[in-house]
Amino acid sequence: MSTIEWFHTYDPRRAPDMGGKNASLGTLTLAEMPVPPGFAILASAYRKVLADGGLDTALHDIVSVVDPRDADQVANAGRRARELVIGAELPQSLSDDIVDAYEELSRRCVTPDIAVAVRSSATCEDQPDASFAGGHDTYLWIRGAAEVIAHVRRCWSSLYTDRAICYRREMGYVELGAAMSVGVQKMVLPRTSGVAFTLDPSNGDRSQVAVEASWGLGEAVVAGAVTPDNFLVDKVLREVTRRTVATKTIQHRVSADGILEEVEVEPDRRQAPSLTDDELRTVAALALRAEKHYGCPQDVEWALDDHLPPGENVLLLQSRPETVWSRKPRVSSYHAASPLSYMHRITAAQPLS
Amino acid sequence: MADRFPSPFDMETPPGAEGWEQLYAYSSVFSEDRRTYEDGTFWFMDGVHTPEVVPPWDATILEFALIGLSQYNTRHYVIPPAKGVDVRFLNGYMYLSPVGVADPAEIEARVPEFMERAGFYFQNWQRLYDAWLPKVRTLIGELEAIEFTPLPDREAMAVLTEGRGTGSALDLLSTYNRLIDLTMKLWHYHFEFLNLGYAAYLDFFGFCKGLFPSIPDQAIAKMVAGIHVDLFQPDEELKKLALLALELGVADHVSTGTAAEAVASLRGSDAGETWLAAWETAKQPWFNFSAGSGFYHSDKVWLENLDIPMGFIRGYIAKAARDESLERPMAAVAAERDRIVAEYAALIDDPENKAMFEGKLGLARTVFPYVENHNFYVEHWGHSIIWRKMRDLGGLFVKEGFFADADDIFLLGRNEVPVALFDMYHGWAVGIESRGPSYWPREITRRHGIMKALRNWSPPPALGVPPEVITEPFTVMLWGVTSESVKQWLGGSDDDPNHLHGFAASPGLAEGPARVIFSADGIADLLEGEILVAPLTAPSWAPVFGKIAATVTDVGGIMSHAAIVCREYGLPAVTGTAYGTKNIKTGQRLRVDGNTGDVTILD
Repeated sequence: MSTIEWFHTYDPRRAPDMGGKNASLGTLTLAEMPVPPGFAILASAYRKVLADGGLDTALHDIVSVVDPRDADQVANAGRRARELVIGAELPQSLSDDIVDAYEELSRRCVTPDIAVAVRSSATCEDQPDASFAGGHDTYLWIRGAAEVIAHVRRCWSSLYTDRAICYRREMGYVELGAAMSVGVQKMVLPRTSGVAFTLDPSNGDRSQVAVEASWGLGEAVVAGAVTPDNFLVDKVLREVTRRTVATKTIQHRVSADGILEEVEVEPDRRQAPSLTDDELRTVAALALRAEKHYGCPQDVEWALDDHLPPGENVLLLQSRPETVWSRKPRVSSYHAASPLSYMHRITAAQPLS
Repeated sequence: MADRFPSPFDMETPPGAEGWEQLYAYSSVFSEDRRTYEDGTFWFMDGVHTPEVVPPWDATILEFALIGLSQYNTRHYVIPPAKGVDVRFLNGYMYLSPVGVADPAEIEARVPEFMERAGFYFQNWQRLYDAWLPKVRTLIGELEAIEFTPLPDREAMAVLTEGRGTGSALDLLSTYNRLIDLTMKLWHYHFEFLNLGYAAYLDFFGFCKGLFPSIPDQAIAKMVAGIHVDLFQPDEELKKLALLALELGVADHVSTGTAAEAVASLRGSDAGETWLAAWETAKQPWFNFSAGSGFYHSDKVWLENLDIPMGFIRGYIAKAARDESLERPMAAVAAERDRIVAEYAALIDDPENKAMFEGKLGLARTVFPYVENHNFYVEHWGHSIIWRKMRDLGGLFVKEGFFADADDIFLLGRNEVPVALFDMYHGWAVGIESRGPSYWPREITRRHGIMKALRNWSPPPALGVPPEVITEPFTVMLWGVTSESVKQWLGGSDDDPNHLHGFAASPGLAEGPARVIFSADGIADLLEGEILVAPLTAPSWAPVFGKIAATVTDVGGIMSHAAIVCREYGLPAVTGTAYGTKNIKTGQRLRVDGNTGDVTILD
């Protein structure tokens, strides 16, 4: 049984076994978008580990009786469940598969012990993407096969964070069906990173791409720890049409001795825009490719790597459907509100010959 | 933030300008008689047309312009939410007030009338517009034919032998009245299509904003760009003359000395005469082009200041000699326009909305040539003649000892001129000295003093009580006065003097040193790569647009001439910054963002 799925040879039939996040990375890689290389450890591997150790029923018993409104109960059950998962015995074959894949990735990147991000990608039997924002763990700047395996276990166990337990209960997901795929992806060390929406989130205008950006790794933006620069890029004009440069106080970066750290932004960079207009256009173009590929508005995470040539220096880390505006019907607000509605009546009633 | 602007009744007369009110029509100044209305309404200073003090006779054309605009809104087309635009002169500066229809029931009641009247024009646009140009050309011919003939010592014998029964002075008085009537008629023609043109434009704007709330104004404006309009023809003529000079090998002659000296040096040779023939052909009508807005008698007209077009031709010769193209990027602008239209249209998925988008765009494009072309025929060509004819009449007064200078006539209100003419007539008829020669020199000196004192006054951008929303099409499109700009004026300019915000009028990002200029005389100083900062720009400044990096103006909206011309020339522009010339100094480095409307002073 295969346990690893590489993004660059992704088979869409594997999607249910990869969770939404990993499947999306595979899809984007297949569409030749600039996604950092990597692979997924399939959810079926996780299931097998539990089943082999008889842990699946134990976990079910712990979690299924919890009253999600009782925080103490949830915390207690969560802790016990996570201990079980962390302590599960890993079959040698799986451990070998992960080590082999990691070493293969290091070779591909021409760097021994390549630094990777280890990301959770939850799934449920009837719900291929069971992730929710900030629900499961992501570990950055992990180096060495042993460390990778240790963090794969941590990702697995994050299926039983207190919030995740409650979320599944509230959504009515089948507890036994819940599983975790884990993505292992080459780490990007961005000068600037952030998110982008392929519509204006303030009004749903689909002619715009909204970009949020800040210095360093994207965690600060995603976690809301920093007020990012905010831009609007017109899809058609391909011009920056709104620009709010924020005071950016902190950034996440990797120190000279390889430690991921949160530091203060140097004073002279705090109020400087974290992207040039050309870079913004590159971010917007990338977000638009994702939108075009999926055929609906997207919410993407991106990172800008200064070491790559301009125009190709923005990498796509994540893309998921925008959900707020996409579900609303699109109507023009013009007719009722405009003081010129009289003109509308004339042009609507008497189109020009 | 204050909720109103200063009262016009609290404005003090600048020292030395006492009595200025008598130089303007009694109905065009603020007065106790209408205090309740005048103090309670909203007035903005018209910096687009009249950034400076308006001399008394020059007020004529402005009053005719505003009355023409108003009557078409109110009496011809019955624009549902808007009546006319009221006008007052205060300390010599022109203030305007858009008059709205407040009662929703009244607006609704006006709609059927509007539909019938405006609908007829929209449906028959092409036929009616085809008749417009010959009509206005005929009128211009009539203006050109006007002649002010000095009163003869004796009436010609023919007056007696033909039994005419009238004398020369009647002709003189009638000729002045005729000039006034033709001027008013010119302004009626001006607004025959313009109100509807702007309304169609605004409708398209509003519709696009409804579909795409964050769409930049300029994206909408670009969808109707790249259409040939006569307003750009004078500049095209200069380019043709520059290329012809190079082709004929007379570029050195053309480029040497004053325009008059260059013309003299071209005489005699075949090549020189060929070029001069082309130069003469280009003059009529295209050199009837004002270096300003055309609303001041002092605006320089190319035809009478040939060094201006000659200077531009020399610039083009130098550019062409460096192998740079003189072509305006017409094809590129048109291709970009088509791309933009197609891509926005593709973002509309409701078929009904898409059809409406196409219909409204079609209408906006149909009206566009008129919206621009009228400016050449009326403000440039027509006005050039009117100023010239008035100067002829001034010369007649000079000959009779009334004035020292022909231009002194512009210090008289239009209804004072017939009185002075009558005085001249009276002296001639009775055979005595008129009072004029002893009265007017003293009076003209006094009026010069008043004008000088008024020029030292700094007019506030607005007066009175702002309305909640501004709906009059011209106020929004042309003057750039919107509910937002009113708010900005109320807030004042004191938040960050190094940052200005205006209309994102023409896209692109530019950095460079500023050159602040206040009139057409300064444009010769502009250097390659500089950013032009001016109260406003005129279409006739286009020849320098090839060498500057961007334009920033104090006044004007997205459809102001500055905005349109910059888009056609692909030059980044921010218009309507209100405080550009006040806050920016020549030499300071600027960053101009024509996409967002932001102007930043970098040092």
